[in-house]
Amino acid sequence: MVDGSLPLIWRNFSERYNLMGSKCKSCGKSFFPTRLICPNCRTKGKLVAEQMPFTGKIVSWTKVFVGPQGFDMETPYFLALIELDNGAMILSQLVDNDDGKVRTGARVEKVFRKLQDNDAEGAIAYGYKFRVTG
Amino acid sequence: MRSVSIIGVGLSKFGEQWDKSFRELVAEAGVKAIQDSGLEGREIQAVFGGTMASGKFIGQEHIGALIADQLGLNPLPSTRMEAACASGGVALRNAFTAVASGMYDVVAVGGVEKMTEVSTEAAADALGGAGDQETELFHGATFPALYALLARAHMEKFGTTEEMLASAAVKNHANAVHNPYAQFQRAITIEDVLNSAPVSSPLKLLDCSPITDGAAALLLCETSKAKKIAKQPVEIIASAQASDSLALTGRKSLTELNATKIAARQAFEMAKAKPEQVDFAEVHDCFTIAEILAIEDIGFFKKGEGGKATLAGETAIGGSRPINTSGGLKGKGHPVGATGIAQAIEAYWQLNEKAGKRQVKGAKLGLSHNVGGSGATAVVHVYRRV
Repeated sequence: MVDGSLPLIWRNFSERYNLMGSKCKSCGKSFFPTRLICPNCRTKGKLVAEQMPFTGKIVSWTKVFVGPQGFDMETPYFLALIELDNGAMILSQLVDNDDGKVRTGARVEKVFRKLQDNDAEGAIAYGYKFRVTG
Repeated sequence: MRSVSIIGVGLSKFGEQWDKSFRELVAEAGVKAIQDSGLEGREIQAVFGGTMASGKFIGQEHIGALIADQLGLNPLPSTRMEAACASGGVALRNAFTAVASGMYDVVAVGGVEKMTEVSTEAAADALGGAGDQETELFHGATFPALYALLARAHMEKFGTTEEMLASAAVKNHANAVHNPYAQFQRAITIEDVLNSAPVSSPLKLLDCSPITDGAAALLLCETSKAKKIAKQPVEIIASAQASDSLALTGRKSLTELNATKIAARQAFEMAKAKPEQVDFAEVHDCFTIAEILAIEDIGFFKKGEGGKATLAGETAIGGSRPINTSGGLKGKGHPVGATGIAQAIEAYWQLNEKAGKRQVKGAKLGLSHNVGGSGATAVVHVYRRV
């Protein structure tokens, strides 16, 4: 668990609320979250801001029965590696799902949820989770 | 580059060491290694220590200076190395390069982790720092969860089953029965693994390495000098390290650890050897799937065949390619900073024919493989009898 410090929560608004990432105009690859240097093209890459699509498909998933500190209330929960429709990868919790619906290849869409509210300063972190749509 | 050999080793008992502190574990392993080498300690010129998260586990940083102080090695330069669960392997590699370069003739290298001082949740949290805090741990990805994602990808692509995964844990416990330093000197069955509590599907409790206290240390020496000092030095003939993205989302493939593949390939080039010539290997089995990935990525088995080979007994002592004769991280225990050094110690004992009932007969060439995080760091060393 990251202590949800106010500056950290504030810095991550665009990524956690709107899935802002980067696209390299050199190789065409999209990345989430924002990167400053393209891992493929290095200094010859040209990264620009890109909003990720809010839909994609599950590449791999797990049901977590023993969560980290601060996740007791929601355990067990699903986590998935998701390939967004522009090819970028994202790891996210899955919500609103019955056991049978979560499978590799399933379509998912982004939803807006509370992520953590256990910070000593009382800061509540919001951001993305995903749900299966088909 | 000069040849480098191990001339003495020391290991603390691995397990829940409630009665021992971090510094007592360091002193125990360090003193044993110095005594085992036959040196007095004055010959040592530098100290390298691996520890992953002492700040979170015991609230103590500045471990380099602490180790030198506790071992009576002041004023030698003493440096902490950190690469998550590969901290020990990275410390070994840096100690190796320091001797190979000609800067020092004799150095001490160790690894230590004291993990039971905090609750299981806090320990899981500390270990989670090996992954990507902002995009993995913050969203509830524990370490078992990250390896569970790799496990499912491997199962769905290659037909690897939960029984195949379980067989790696069963084999490592069977080996640990014969290791007096091991945390679990008891055998388990495939049913035990399959019926153990779910942690992060498809991984269950007995697919996971435990939380462990322990320390490991060894002395490295330039080889021509080592031959005069030690009865049976063991030469490190290759050392290689590679990196990959911290987060799983940056990986080219979910069914391999590319850092392992690169480090292993470079190590075999340096050793002028091939995977099929290796008599035994200690690989990083923090989870059962990690051992399957390792034995494929190093090149012992074809991609996708590791699970079947393990279930068939090929990696048992007496099989075609014994893996984790010490009991591995699963059976011996996984004090994260110490693991990379403990692997080298098992190689030293095997090549000196001091592994007792775990002995691989006629072992001449050994390999160790240490991973940090979910594969962001991999370190491979190759050893042979001098």
